[in-house]
Amino acid sequence: MSALKIFVPGDAAARAVGADETVQTIAAEALRRKIDIEIIRIGSRGLLWLEPLVEVEVAGQRHAYGPVAADQVAGLFAAGFASRALPACSHPLAHGLTEEIPYLKKQQRLSFARVGIIDPRSLSDYLSHGGYRGLAAALAMQPADIVASVSASGLRGRGGAAFPAGIKWKTVLGAAGSPKYVVCNADEGDSGTFSDRMLMEGDPFVLIEGMTIAALATGATRGYIYLRWEYPDAKRALEAAIAAAYAEHYLGDDVQGSGKGFDLEVRMGAGAYICGEETSLLESLEGKRGQVRFKPPLPAIAGLFGKPTVINNVITFASVPIILDRGAAYYQHFGMGRSRGTLPMQLAGNVKYGGLVEIAFGMSLRELLYEYGGGTLSGRPIRAVQVGGPLGAYLPESQFDTPLDYEAFAEIKGMLGHGGIVVFDDSVDMAAQARYAMEFCAIESCGKCTPCRIGSTRGVEVIDRLVAGQNAPAQELLLRDLCETLTHGSLCALGGLIPYPVLSALNHFPEDFVKSPRAHASA
Amino acid sequence: MTNSSLRRVIPIKVEPASLLNAEQRAAVENACQRLKELPGALLPILHAVQQALGFVPHDAVPLIARALNLSLAEVHGVLSFYHYFREHRGGRHVVHLCRAEACQALGAVGLEAHAKRSLGIDFHGTTADGAISLEPVYCLGNCALGPSMMIDEQLQGRVSTARFDALIAQARAVVKP
Repeated sequence: MSALKIFVPGDAAARAVGADETVQTIAAEALRRKIDIEIIRIGSRGLLWLEPLVEVEVAGQRHAYGPVAADQVAGLFAAGFASRALPACSHPLAHGLTEEIPYLKKQQRLSFARVGIIDPRSLSDYLSHGGYRGLAAALAMQPADIVASVSASGLRGRGGAAFPAGIKWKTVLGAAGSPKYVVCNADEGDSGTFSDRMLMEGDPFVLIEGMTIAALATGATRGYIYLRWEYPDAKRALEAAIAAAYAEHYLGDDVQGSGKGFDLEVRMGAGAYICGEETSLLESLEGKRGQVRFKPPLPAIAGLFGKPTVINNVITFASVPIILDRGAAYYQHFGMGRSRGTLPMQLAGNVKYGGLVEIAFGMSLRELLYEYGGGTLSGRPIRAVQVGGPLGAYLPESQFDTPLDYEAFAEIKGMLGHGGIVVFDDSVDMAAQARYAMEFCAIESCGKCTPCRIGSTRGVEVIDRLVAGQNAPAQELLLRDLCETLTHGSLCALGGLIPYPVLSALNHFPEDFVKSPRAHASA
Repeated sequence: MTNSSLRRVIPIKVEPASLLNAEQRAAVENACQRLKELPGALLPILHAVQQALGFVPHDAVPLIARALNLSLAEVHGVLSFYHYFREHRGGRHVVHLCRAEACQALGAVGLEAHAKRSLGIDFHGTTADGAISLEPVYCLGNCALGPSMMIDEQLQGRVSTARFDALIAQARAVVKP
């Protein structure tokens, strides 16, 4: 009889709450009880409040237990958790079949279809779960047809700017220059986001496949994944997957006998939020300070080392294989308006059930916050949520019915960005959040544009004077004026969008900016 | 037309890396030798030096500049631009404490104050016993399980003040080889 399969995430978030200790304890306990088990480290299912989530495979189906701390392992064994005949369904940590957990079952997982299921280090696992079918389809197509397919799918850049991917690719295909490059922006710096990290750790091959398809579509021969240093686990996962892909000729000078070559490597960032901006990222890849470039020329025409360059976010590339495999129409039928397909939303901050929720565009923010998120972790009312990272607006309860759609968020002067949602309860001081936004801008500004470089520091000072009640009406006028200068006087989104969190806090929560601060309920 | 043989070649004087000890010098030269042919080699070289030594010593700059045919200003400009690169030796363990919004929503501001008070240092400082350096970081990608921090390369989630103290005590007990 083969060993009993037990799955435990090797994902950094699961390891951060003790998954490694849980694995060691399970192994020791199984040895002590002479039970033959095989522990497989997988990506995270994204039900992060249940981490470490342990799954036991019985009759081909996985049963979930979580959160399993190391000191609970012995009790689970005693309850029959590692028994093939009868899973320990009555144990308080048991959640039944993983696939039936409503949080997971209600999702529409396209780009995350394999995350938490396959062994991310195993190319054969990837292949047996539909991997590289998109590449096989692409290899039988002309470059222009691949680009047309991506355009028809309606896929827009998932990094935050939501620019149609097909248009970028078409520009690179038509641009003269050699070599051409494919660059993956894996500098996921927005607070409240972790979908890129989870995908790279849980299913790195899908990113490699998506980038390879981009190379075929545009005639590029060399690729880079620009990864932030804060993700060492993702670096290990990507490098192992790249080595495996080279060994089986999915990368290299003759991809699957096509005669076309594509080389790929991982490059590490060094702690600069601005390098998530595409032109700064290219500067950084070239070995320079990550300063924003003027556009035009577009990176698609003159990008990395001055050559035509496709640059997209991790999730954008990871969405491509399924488009090529299942067809543009399949992907396009998800979503609403001009936002097609799915977006992996990330529930973060003070939220009871934090995690990754991949759903079609169109669900309301309220449904996501309460049906999935279950309200706050602290049990207090939600006062504000910040959507779209540190440059996203703070939204009050009255805006929670906004549908998750790029245009709907733009209408309320917010943005969906990379899909991160940070929840705050009623103990939050919104003036402090506005001040932090300016402080963050000052720390992370690349220094190229004066409003961002200097205005951010002045912004901190103005907010301090406003909150201290030093001629408050004049300070507020000054702050609004400064925000307007930032909006119109910055080359990139950092300076251009930092007014979003500042002004949304000021407009929706003006009571927090008056001198005698409202009595904050103690947390 | 000028006769090319009359041109005087003025040698560029490279500052000697006099303050580097043998180990440091070897690490810098090794990194340059191994990586200088890469396109955009400067960041990979700085990473390699920091990985080997824990920081990028000031006197490594001229060696790297010479290897890549860059000016001292260019190398210094890059080194000082990126928050991750350290120009001074840190503690045996580096703690990166997240200051970003998702962790703030779960009390990161209080945790930051506790960390500074209990270690007796501010950000970018190192404890008197040389064990711990404290650095701010803006998101570790663990936003559903905050507050978060990273000790060396190990991410930690749900860091209460008590858990912070326990993790620091654990780190102090580990003396890296």
